Amino acid sequence: MKNLIEVQNIKKNYGKKEAVKGISFNVEEDEILGLLGPNGSGKTTTIGMLLGLLKPTSGQIFINNLKLEENRIQILEMINFISPYIELPKKLTVKQNLYVYSKLYKVQNIKERIEYLSEKLRIGELLSSITGELSSGQKNRVSLAKALVNEPKVLLLDEPTASLDPEVGDFIRTFLEDYKKEKKISILLASHNMNEVTRLCKSVLMMKNGEIIDQGKPEDLIAKHGRTNLEEVFLKLSRSTNEFN
Amino acid sequence: MSLTRIYGLFLRHFYLITRSFPRILDLVYWPSIQITLWGFISNFFATHTTYYNNAVGVILTCAILYDFLFRTSIGFNMLFLEEIWSRNFTNLFIAPMRIGEILTSLVITALIRSLIGLVPAILLTSPLFGISILDLGIYLFFLFLSLYIFGITLGILVSSGLLRFGPSFENIAWSTMFLLAPFGCIYYPIETLPEIFQKIAYVLPLVYIFEEARNILINQTVNIENVYYAFMWNAFYFSLSIALFYYSFNAAKNKGTLINMGE
Repeated sequence: MKNLIEVQNIKKNYGKKEAVKGISFNVEEDEILGLLGPNGSGKTTTIGMLLGLLKPTSGQIFINNLKLEENRIQILEMINFISPYIELPKKLTVKQNLYVYSKLYKVQNIKERIEYLSEKLRIGELLSSITGELSSGQKNRVSLAKALVNEPKVLLLDEPTASLDPEVGDFIRTFLEDYKKEKKISILLASHNMNEVTRLCKSVLMMKNGEIIDQGKPEDLIAKHGRTNLEEVFLKLSRSTNEFN
Repeated sequence: MSLTRIYGLFLRHFYLITRSFPRILDLVYWPSIQITLWGFISNFFATHTTYYNNAVGVILTCAILYDFLFRTSIGFNMLFLEEIWSRNFTNLFIAPMRIGEILTSLVITALIRSLIGLVPAILLTSPLFGISILDLGIYLFFLFLSLYIFGITLGILVSSGLLRFGPSFENIAWSTMFLLAPFGCIYYPIETLPEIFQKIAYVLPLVYIFEEARNILINQTVNIENVYYAFMWNAFYFSLSIALFYYSFNAAKNKGTLINMGE
């Protein structure tokens, strides 16, 4: 399988603080990789570097075999991102937001693309609604539609189901599984929901203090650490030198 | 440069303005109030001083020109701040937009925002005060263009600060024009300033623009040198602002401001 994301020994320092300490990993085509770790472990910094929002202190990132540093615009055309910490303009309607972002990503056949995503994500009835007036679950689906408007080869998801009720959360997970299968895209999923990670991810990276402290298939990690589920593995690894001990 | 992307970002702000009546009202309200106030002050001075008695519209014309500059600069900053306030900043910077495309789109949108406010204000001056800014003739275009470039320049400089330092730089966005206004010699000749302030004023394009507006209206002559110097300083500061914006963008990528902006 072809690697769509290749991260080679990237470091990020903020002054003397080392936020990410030389990590390397790959994400294959048609793979969902889980990025786990406690708050402050370097997940957001890593995602920021993959999006070109942060410049690594050293190391290299390749997306679809293109070096990020030298091909930022070309890479951003094939990548997208959602996070509960960023939102779409609240005063615009859902359709206006999707139209604006379709233009920014130079999407051809905008009408058809919006119709396709509306149907798949069940937001057809929301298209005329003001984005800021939607519920969390509705906003989440609209953000996902924005993130897919350019048919990305690589999707970066930061807590995609945070604060969603179980039904909407399940809908999003099922959608992501189906969409990945259909489009053969690579997904990097940062999440604190271990059930979600176990269900969606082929393999996971466990980060702590800017380093990858373990990695592998969820079932292999569970067996390796002698636990019954991924949450217990997460707790074991994150508590090893945790301030809450 | 992609016109599609420039248009896309313009649309984002166009939708925002046209969807909200209070926003349109806000754009029109302040310039109209400002011009009306300065219209009455202008009338008073025209009848009670000798300096202005041959050109009743001088103060009002300068007030309109200054307001255009102010609206352009603040308008540009507002467009940038809107992205931060709506937590859309990260979405914008992960879209495949070149810095030049973002700036071009904001420059066009800022002009339209300024004109929405300015045109009604200019239309008010004729019936209310019997004054037309068109008395400046063809040079009005050059003066407006010069002010527009300087307004955009200030907007880009402040946006560079927002990029580099984050939302904490917001207060500076509102105060830039007030800092420069005394040196701009908007309502008085440059000789009014102390000598040290005159030296500062001469390295800003503003003084040449407002001196020339007064020159045309009071002396009925044109000093093309003023227009030339205004454009020369504008070219210098505009280039500087673009360079600083690119520098700030790279500094923000090192510091992490881009990813933390919406939080």
